[in-house]
Amino acid sequence: MFSRLLRPLNAAAVAALGLAAIAAPTMLSAGSPNEQFIPLATFRVGAYASSGIPVWNGLIDTLRYINEAQGGINGVKLFWEECETEWQVEKGIECYERFRAGKDGSPVPIYLPNGDPIAKALLQRATADKIAIPTLNYGPTEAIDGRIFPYAFPLMLSFYSEASTAINYIAQVEGGKDKLKGLKIATLYHDSPYGKETQAALALLAKHYGFEDIQIPVPHPGNDQTAQWARIRQAKPDWVFVRGWGVMTPVAIKTAAKTGFPVDHVIGGIWSSSEEDVIPAGPVGKGYLAITTYPAGTNFPIHAALKKYILDAGKSDLKDPKSFGSVYYNSGIVHAIFLTEAIRTAQAKFGNRPINGAEGQWGLEHLKIDDKRLEELGVSGLMQPLKLSCLDHEGGGSAKVIQWDGTKWNIVSDWIRSDRELLRPLIDEKAAAYAKEKGIAPRDCAVSG
Amino acid sequence: MSFFLETLVGGLLAGVMYALVAIGFVLIYKASGVFNFAQGAMVLCAALTFVTLREQGLSFLTALAIALVVMVALAIVVERIVLRPLINRPPLTLFMATLGLSFVIEGLSQFLMGASVHELDLGIVDVPIRIGPILISQLDLAAAASAGVLVLALSLLFSRTRIGISLRAIADDPQAALSIGIRLPSLWRIVWGVAGVVSIVAGLLWGARQGVQFALTLVVLKALPVLIVGGFTSIGGAIAGGFIIGASESLAEIYLSPLLGGSVSNWFAYAVALVFLLIRPSGLFGEKAVERV
Amino acid sequence: MSSVTEPTLPLSAISARRFGDLHWTPARAVLIGAIALAFLPLFAGEYWLNAVLIPFLVMSLAGIGLNLLMGYTGLASLGTGAFMAVGTYATYNFLLRVPELPLPISLVFGGLIAAGAGVVFGLPSLRIKGFYLLATTLAAQFFLEWLFNQYGWFSNYSTSNSISAPRLAFLGRDLTGPLGRYYLTLATAALLTIVAINIVRSQTGRNWMAIRDMDTAAAVIGIPVAANKLLAFAVSSFYCGIAGALWAFAYLGTVDARSFNLDRSFQVMFVIIIGGMGSIAGNFVGAAFILLLPILIDHLAGSAFGNLIEAGQLENLQKVLFGGLIIYLLIKEPAGLTALFGTLRRKLGFLPRRADALAHSSDQ
Repeated sequence: MFSRLLRPLNAAAVAALGLAAIAAPTMLSAGSPNEQFIPLATFRVGAYASSGIPVWNGLIDTLRYINEAQGGINGVKLFWEECETEWQVEKGIECYERFRAGKDGSPVPIYLPNGDPIAKALLQRATADKIAIPTLNYGPTEAIDGRIFPYAFPLMLSFYSEASTAINYIAQVEGGKDKLKGLKIATLYHDSPYGKETQAALALLAKHYGFEDIQIPVPHPGNDQTAQWARIRQAKPDWVFVRGWGVMTPVAIKTAAKTGFPVDHVIGGIWSSSEEDVIPAGPVGKGYLAITTYPAGTNFPIHAALKKYILDAGKSDLKDPKSFGSVYYNSGIVHAIFLTEAIRTAQAKFGNRPINGAEGQWGLEHLKIDDKRLEELGVSGLMQPLKLSCLDHEGGGSAKVIQWDGTKWNIVSDWIRSDRELLRPLIDEKAAAYAKEKGIAPRDCAVSG
Repeated sequence: MSFFLETLVGGLLAGVMYALVAIGFVLIYKASGVFNFAQGAMVLCAALTFVTLREQGLSFLTALAIALVVMVALAIVVERIVLRPLINRPPLTLFMATLGLSFVIEGLSQFLMGASVHELDLGIVDVPIRIGPILISQLDLAAAASAGVLVLALSLLFSRTRIGISLRAIADDPQAALSIGIRLPSLWRIVWGVAGVVSIVAGLLWGARQGVQFALTLVVLKALPVLIVGGFTSIGGAIAGGFIIGASESLAEIYLSPLLGGSVSNWFAYAVALVFLLIRPSGLFGEKAVERV
Repeated sequence: MSSVTEPTLPLSAISARRFGDLHWTPARAVLIGAIALAFLPLFAGEYWLNAVLIPFLVMSLAGIGLNLLMGYTGLASLGTGAFMAVGTYATYNFLLRVPELPLPISLVFGGLIAAGAGVVFGLPSLRIKGFYLLATTLAAQFFLEWLFNQYGWFSNYSTSNSISAPRLAFLGRDLTGPLGRYYLTLATAALLTIVAINIVRSQTGRNWMAIRDMDTAAAVIGIPVAANKLLAFAVSSFYCGIAGALWAFAYLGTVDARSFNLDRSFQVMFVIIIGGMGSIAGNFVGAAFILLLPILIDHLAGSAFGNLIEAGQLENLQKVLFGGLIIYLLIKEPAGLTALFGTLRRKLGFLPRRADALAHSSDQ
């Protein structure tokens, strides 16, 4: 008889234990009420870990620097917590759900999804929760139209701008945009929605400038591209634009060399532009070009400051000191600057206290970083001047080109503008189609102030 | 025409790379009847070990030797912990066990040696050489040569040495082999060890081709069609299967993909395998399986 | 395995029967469980619904699908992800192009299309057996994933080939909020689970198990093997298709073909290996394990160990844990965690012997 009672009791006990284990962490922590929470959904594990780790290193180092050397943002110190997503959608959602209510009395000002599929999955949720999910150099291009995507921000360089900048650099090398006519430009793209997103833009640009646009898909993960480069050899293009991700990029570079295509006429997109993309290709990678919005290098003033306050003081998040100043580390710095400048902008309007999602969105939408501010921040040359608005959630649209010399990246161009005006109608069209499918009424930019 | 030839040759050589991985599978399948899904993880482990040791400053040969020891040790551990308890289970169970094993090896390798991408330098600069009208990659030629040496060594192993003969005995008639005193466990350890060595060769060549990183484990997905076409129990079949899959995949990519509007190499190898399964299930050189009721 | 006749009851078991006076059939258990879960939102916050319960229910459903094929009929399949994708894209297109159809009908139609795909790709199973079938299902996995990725028609030519539910509404109520999605998932899962229980206890279920255990003998005694194999593929893919649609629209919100790649197929296979092949309850156990354990470990590590173990290393250890657990279960308890729990409960004396006998006769 006792055992009959014991059974449900046991079940209850086990369940309670499990729940307590999950609930405990949220109950245990206590924090100061005037600190700003910054959720960090990161990935340090999985197939793309090497592309993520340096970013968090740079981000956390910069946040720590702002806390220690500058006392936070207008006196409001920052604290953050990481959640591992493995670059997977399900974990990304779980991390978002964990963080969205904020922590220790501080709401979530801005949520960095750190992953294209994660960002897409979170879009509707974040919009309902009124939390902005900015995506640096990725994310749905049509989200540039903030009237239809109030909470999505494809910051700095959308995919369309990326493609356009590549074309404009090619034009620069060839001697002018009129020299594009008659050229053959092959795009080797990762056969996924990410890779395909630039097809529309390139088709438009090809029509406008008169070059031939050849699209060649590489199935995921892209570790054997013999056939693709054989096709390229057959087509004999003048340039190859690589829209890669992960292992596809180094294999592309190696296979290019293997099939005799000049590597210095291969230009990689923003996600094929890191050291991690080029080093595995070995010595044949010399001469490879890539587009970036955060060029590599340690001779920017911010690096000197970081070195002094964080690295030399042993407070860096870096495990591998060689990554200091790498492309992805610098992208982490840029991420941090976006976050903190947006919060600063919001604080100017709402007060020097922890910012919530709606205020963070306002801050992002009214973000302005001009040359003077870039100098103050110590990132002149590392970041481009930016101006966001309700109609323009990208804010920048320019990029630099770097070239690999076998051991490091060298900057070989100044900021190259994309043809934003040319591509804008295409973006508006796609945004309108999305609005129609979802039944979204575009908001009035004049009203949101 | 020269373009067709070039695609063909490129495909054949790519097929050799697939075959290198497939050989490891064949060895284990011949000895223990298991499709070792963990082979991909073993290739990663071998390559990662080698590259990490090299980055610590060890010479090529020392690193190779230590990697060899590691892989053989792994083989012994696997035989003891995974294979022996699962002796009489159906092949599906064994396959699922190797699935679990692949997770363990991947997790451990990355836990101990990190997840960053490494460059593997074999000293071969992959600039193509010209033979007639076509370009051929030096690395691929080196791979083909290695494969040739490997196949030769393995066939000598199987026909001349005692171990090889014992292996063939077990494959023929396990009961009889056991009854004349051939020890199964020690044989399995040896075979898994040899498979580990093959993993090193495959790992080095694939790593040189695309860098050493997690995606290396995916080569196992290309090995399966090779094995289906060539037969699970024949090393020569693995090479033949590799040729067929590599060549057909390359040709399909060039000539079929534009027709369908996208790259077909995801699934083309499997389509070929499917056709073979329906026409000749035991593969070109495999042994016909006898089904017992 | 399954006992053919009802065992004679010892006296102690008869007295145990009086407790509750409830006849605990598995179907009733599901109903009670579903009602209990229906009250959960009163206590649990949105985090639980969005990140824990909904994926748990959907993954269990997918597990049931694969289990019907692999656990009950013995047909190995790594094409689960692809069939989930078929159901998802089919449901999406019905919702988009035939908006007059009510949501449940669209779901069912999506499932039927997935069932059709299952039959087509299940045809090789008539000639190919056991392990080799994995290769043909892999062909299905890769081909279908490529198909949806390649041809924009399936995703209404959206920029990134990703789809999200045009609108989720039933009987006039909007279901896009967490509660709506939760109840949609709960109702569907409960309903389909009861149907699955009935299927496995019917003649069809017994036919399938006969085919699994010894298909030549099954053919000899007159079971139409080919028809039943295809039926298994059809029903299994139906379940996977609906699970896929729910995964996409009730849980994630937006998917593209990548969400249903080979990793997904492996994940569902792990669910049934760990939970127990050839059992319906096992799918829930397996899904809970696969989905919740990583979250639990993350939380525990965060609080208990502080920052001792780096987040990345934790994931690697988790991988080792999963792999090790699979190997352990395959060696020690091929019937998965469900059987392990049963043994545990029996050994600790928690289970009256009658319920134990019932569990064994009906759960198979």
